[in-house]
Amino acid sequence: MSVRREFVLLLTPKVLSARRRGIAGRGRWGRALMVLGVGAAAWPFIYVTLTRLLTTLRGVEEVGPLLASKLLALGLLVFLGILLLSNLIAALSSFFLSRDLPWIQAAPLDWLSVYLSRLTETLVSSSWMVVLMLVPMLAAYWTVYEGGWAFLGLSILAVVPFLVIPAAIGSATTLLLVRLFPARRSKDILGIIAVASVGLVVLLLRVLRPERLVNPESYRNLVDFMAALRGPSSPWLPSQWGADALAGFLQGGFDPFLLVLLWTTALGTVTAGAILHRSLYPACFTRAQEGTENRIQHHAAWRWLERAVSRASLQRQQLVLKDVRIFFRDTTQWSQLIILGVLVVVYVYNIRVLPLSSGEMITRYLITLVVFLNLALSGFVLAAIAARFVFPALSLEGQTLWLLGSAPLEARTILGAKYWVGAVPLTALALILTGFTNYLLGVPAGLAVLSLASTVALSLAFTSQALTWGVYFPEFESENAAQIPTSIGGLLFMLGAVVTLGCVVGLQIWILREFLMSGLPGREPRDPFMWEVGLALMGTLLCCAVSGILPYRAAVRRLDRLDF
Amino acid sequence: MILLDNLTKRYGDFTAVAGIDLEIGEAQIFGLLGPNGAGKTTTLRMIAGILRPDSGRVFVAGHDNVANPIEARRLLGFVPDRPFVYDKLTGAELLRFSAGLYGLTGPEVETRIDELLELWDLTPWKDQLVESYSHGMRQKLIISSALIHRPRVLVVDEPMVGLDPRSAWLLKDVLRTFAEGGGTALVSTHTLELAENLCDRLAVIDKGRVVASGSIADLRREASSETAGLEEIFLKITRGATSSEIARIVGD
Repeated sequence: MSVRREFVLLLTPKVLSARRRGIAGRGRWGRALMVLGVGAAAWPFIYVTLTRLLTTLRGVEEVGPLLASKLLALGLLVFLGILLLSNLIAALSSFFLSRDLPWIQAAPLDWLSVYLSRLTETLVSSSWMVVLMLVPMLAAYWTVYEGGWAFLGLSILAVVPFLVIPAAIGSATTLLLVRLFPARRSKDILGIIAVASVGLVVLLLRVLRPERLVNPESYRNLVDFMAALRGPSSPWLPSQWGADALAGFLQGGFDPFLLVLLWTTALGTVTAGAILHRSLYPACFTRAQEGTENRIQHHAAWRWLERAVSRASLQRQQLVLKDVRIFFRDTTQWSQLIILGVLVVVYVYNIRVLPLSSGEMITRYLITLVVFLNLALSGFVLAAIAARFVFPALSLEGQTLWLLGSAPLEARTILGAKYWVGAVPLTALALILTGFTNYLLGVPAGLAVLSLASTVALSLAFTSQALTWGVYFPEFESENAAQIPTSIGGLLFMLGAVVTLGCVVGLQIWILREFLMSGLPGREPRDPFMWEVGLALMGTLLCCAVSGILPYRAAVRRLDRLDF
Repeated sequence: MILLDNLTKRYGDFTAVAGIDLEIGEAQIFGLLGPNGAGKTTTLRMIAGILRPDSGRVFVAGHDNVANPIEARRLLGFVPDRPFVYDKLTGAELLRFSAGLYGLTGPEVETRIDELLELWDLTPWKDQLVESYSHGMRQKLIISSALIHRPRVLVVDEPMVGLDPRSAWLLKDVLRTFAEGGGTALVSTHTLELAENLCDRLAVIDKGRVVASGSIADLRREASSETAGLEEIFLKITRGATSSEIARIVGD
């Protein structure tokens, strides 16, 4: 059989499984409607927001087009980072952990067809969400700069190698890491190193303070600022080549060499990856099958945890202890806490470097607005954490669900235990994040109480929503916990959480609008009235209660009817 | 002890179990036989409460397992056909967890855990993560988990898969002792020798229906062969391929 036929054959089960996952099962129409509904809301939101911003920028001479292309480069850079991380994790799964690998390894298949099919699988599972985000983003550029049909073709020509490069690099890096580290711990170490290195890159990028670019005052003069804008920020990165090719086409300076660069790099990385695969994969695969250290030490922390949950019912205690133990013993799970730590540090750092007290141009209005922006952003951070750690809770039971299904347990006991396992750390994080950033911002007492209560209420609501989406869209067959949030259910949860967050922040701003306006120049500044804060708090609690309790009840009913 | 009343389960257009009626009394081992895809596992999973029937009812010791699932499950221990358990728990932790699900805790549970692990030669592995267990060891751990709360009904799907000869012999002994103590064991198996030697009564299901049931003697009468072994009876009832057909398919 030719390599091409083997390649198609190897991908066929994956394609058929994915298609059947999408269309089969009871309630598929309801799910399809939900997906379409949420998608129909998200795409126009991204498209309209970006179109407005780009239209405004296009009206600004000289700086406008430069900022538009910088924005595209920044967007693609973020996507490149996401792609590298997700490809690294996905490659670990598709090349080393996938359940069908022993079968594939035993079959008389050409090594190249195995490599290419696994690379394609890695690429697709890591990139589909980025592609979904890219569509409205590029459509906005297309509309504002009247790109014509040629831009559509150019976008495909630029995006395809942009996706291939991180997939090939991610797969090759995974292979090398499995090769380099001791076999018994290779899987664990790979997980930690992958996550830690991405965290480090994120931290470094943040410390470079790219926001100085949009703050011309930090440059000595206009010439320096323009020079900084014109210069490519990262000339060695494929994201910059893609952004320059696309923006150049739209703004009348298209350089075909950039496309050549993208495609040759893509082909080069795939070729290099294939060569590495041929020479290293058999040995690495054997190494990756070996187990890890298995004897368990009983730490004092476990005894503390057992005492902490001792007031709950015995069933709930056991469910909580089991979930916590599994989380901290599974490297692919707890290592994600590194990313979480980086996320929190970057967020707090961002708040700390905000130039709120410098210069007279910053109005009290703007400073107060930052308090609400802080609520929105920390809410988003909490939603992202819930997506990663709470949404997969039921899916992770996977093939062990028979144990819960055959035990004398009610659905609300199972879900209740998972709720508290998610809600307690999320709420603690919400309090730390908001409390600390409120302190850095010097928020008045009334608003501080409002934002603290809001993030707590939001984290409780997000936990409930994440569990609900996880019950409605379980990924029982998933082989990698980190991939579960990138499923359609995870995406729907994030969109739903953003809508909840938008409602809460919008409601608070609407109720406190008179107070906000009092911060504008020429008006008498005042503190918020108690009734204003009270009303905003009640509205927030009501919004979170509705968006938390209703889905939770639906999830209990659904779990009760679920066939395990 | 177990009563199945017109039990039916469909997966889309496919009917996996088509109106099964069965009554299984106390103090016996009941075998469920049938070709692959006959509906055995689906039936057992409905009895265990893991799958909900589309129609019909399951009673465990008089408790309807849809209307009153908690009481029904409290009396039942289930051993699935594939030994998937939490890899990141140790053997002892898994059994403690399982006991907790049935509301059991304290020193008695610890003694019970030690007893069960000792029975299956798993004591040296007590504090090892399950991920390091072999297939057979996992199977033994799951059987221990099903026995931890001293159930009155044991539902076992393909019990011998992965077990070494000594453990297989031990399991037969465990099931016999369980039935002698008044328990009801429902065992699905492909191992006809096991069914013939172990089970007090049998049912053969094919295409989701019970096609024969009773003691071995009853099945012999049904197959119109007073001297036939269970293998021959099984093939006759389920219309398995004849030797000449096999030779044609497997040979050149």
